[in-house]
Amino acid sequence: MYSITKIAIPSDSQALRIKLPLYQSVIPAGFPSPAEDYIDKTISLDEHLINRPSATYFARAKGDSMEGIGISDGALLIVDRSLMASHGDVVIASVDGDFTCKQLDLHHRQLVSANPKYKPIKIIEGIELEIEGVVIHCINSFR
Amino acid sequence: MDFCLVDCNSFYASCEQVFRPDLRHRPVVVLSNNDGFVIARNHQAKALGIPDLEPYFKVEHILRKNNVAIFSSNFPLYGDLSDRVMTTLRDFSPQVEIYSIDEMFLSFSGFKEGLHSHGKAIKDTVWRDVRIPVGVGIASTKTLAKLANMAAKKIAKLDGVCVLETELQRQWLLKRTPVNKVWGIGRRYTQRLSDMQIYNAWELATSNQKALSRRFNVCLERTIAELNGHACIQLEEYPDDKKQIYCTRSFGKKVTGLEELQQAVSVYASRAAEKMRMQKHLGLALHVFINTSPFEPNYYHNSLVIKLPYPTDDSRIIIERAKQVVARIYKPDYRYLKAGVGIIDMVSRRHYQSDLFQDRQPEKVDKTMLVLDQLNQQFGRNTAFFGAEGVQKKWRLRQGFKSPEYTTKLSEIPVIRC
Repeated sequence: MYSITKIAIPSDSQALRIKLPLYQSVIPAGFPSPAEDYIDKTISLDEHLINRPSATYFARAKGDSMEGIGISDGALLIVDRSLMASHGDVVIASVDGDFTCKQLDLHHRQLVSANPKYKPIKIIEGIELEIEGVVIHCINSFR
Repeated sequence: MDFCLVDCNSFYASCEQVFRPDLRHRPVVVLSNNDGFVIARNHQAKALGIPDLEPYFKVEHILRKNNVAIFSSNFPLYGDLSDRVMTTLRDFSPQVEIYSIDEMFLSFSGFKEGLHSHGKAIKDTVWRDVRIPVGVGIASTKTLAKLANMAAKKIAKLDGVCVLETELQRQWLLKRTPVNKVWGIGRRYTQRLSDMQIYNAWELATSNQKALSRRFNVCLERTIAELNGHACIQLEEYPDDKKQIYCTRSFGKKVTGLEELQQAVSVYASRAAEKMRMQKHLGLALHVFINTSPFEPNYYHNSLVIKLPYPTDDSRIIIERAKQVVARIYKPDYRYLKAGVGIIDMVSRRHYQSDLFQDRQPEKVDKTMLVLDQLNQQFGRNTAFFGAEGVQKKWRLRQGFKSPEYTTKLSEIPVIRC
């Protein structure tokens, strides 16, 4: 009898794409360059910030309701749909057909802003609400 | 069980709903290039009785009256979401065949238990990660997996996942499937089979094979074996290179002048040549066609196939020849709606060896084309192009209802209210 095991196979287009550094200097035969041990691959923000590219999307924040948690107007949000949202997560939710970014407060069953100007959205019967991903990073640009 | 078919539900329409939660319960249609025809409808739109491939102007009033969301096709979005679905599926099977933009076969070879819950996990994960609804069909052959998939979508009780496990289930489904719904049975076969009193898949599966094989070809024999649970069609993980490459479009504004028509054809020729270079082939023959609208009086269409001087992927030669063909088939005083260029005969660079007595493409050309493709890949489409393509492209596509390229252009990512 067989049973099912989930095997993660990296798709060649995503996981295996690694940029290799170029040797800038001529390497003499014989004595190895002391820098050789320190050559590493280049830094990729994509690889560093995104775990699951197929479930991740970018979005643009508009408004000041999340300023208290560091999301400025115009910030770039990186959103992962594959994560299960838990208490305290910053999430994207669709509320009655509109996307909004809020903090999830499961203890009081509500979505809260990080700005006292805005009231929480109560998660009550009759409201059409779906979590559209967890905000895993926010990039505020200074210039 | 050996095969699992995952098929995205009304894929293009579903893509338009991913970043528009307000549309998730509304009817949605997607129009073809140039907003000519309805090419995708979600099930709410189907329920309104909007037929597939109907000219847009014929159904526009129904769409407006019922508040249907209308979209021009947004292929960058569909392509990216299709990639995401496929990547998600690779977690569920070591072998995945991309059958089309919205259908993938997974190898379930050796999987014996918990098939239904595995199928359900596929469906739920694709929805959670990509927000694309899919149907899942699991069976011992590809042809049966296709039927199982159709059943998964049609029979509400199955909730999108159908496993054909027992002999009873197979018989039940085959008896309820008209023969034209079987994979590989086209309209001509359907007619000929009905002449022999074969109307459903069960009658085909249990027909007298000897009598049939005398009148049909080996493909039908294979289909029958597959319907009976004997796998004949294997998983193709690496699809063959395309045997033909076409680039055809309808014009946004109808074209009358020869020069404008040649410009359009030059763009298509250059795009087709670029695609051919990507798969490392050399072209041998071109097919060029032009036509007016079939819905207007005095319909005119003409086409011509020509041989290229030698196997080549040189855009300049392909453009030049395509323009010459247009000049030959062009007639003045018509309003042209559509044109296209196809490279219909190709050889792989790997297999091609020129003989001494035949002209061949100079090496210098290879280098020029490489630079051209690199420029366009690095700095975006149309950074470098040929003079023949024209600078002002009046005949460019009409795309009145195009949604943003949410996932492929930074300037068009979704905006979230905070």
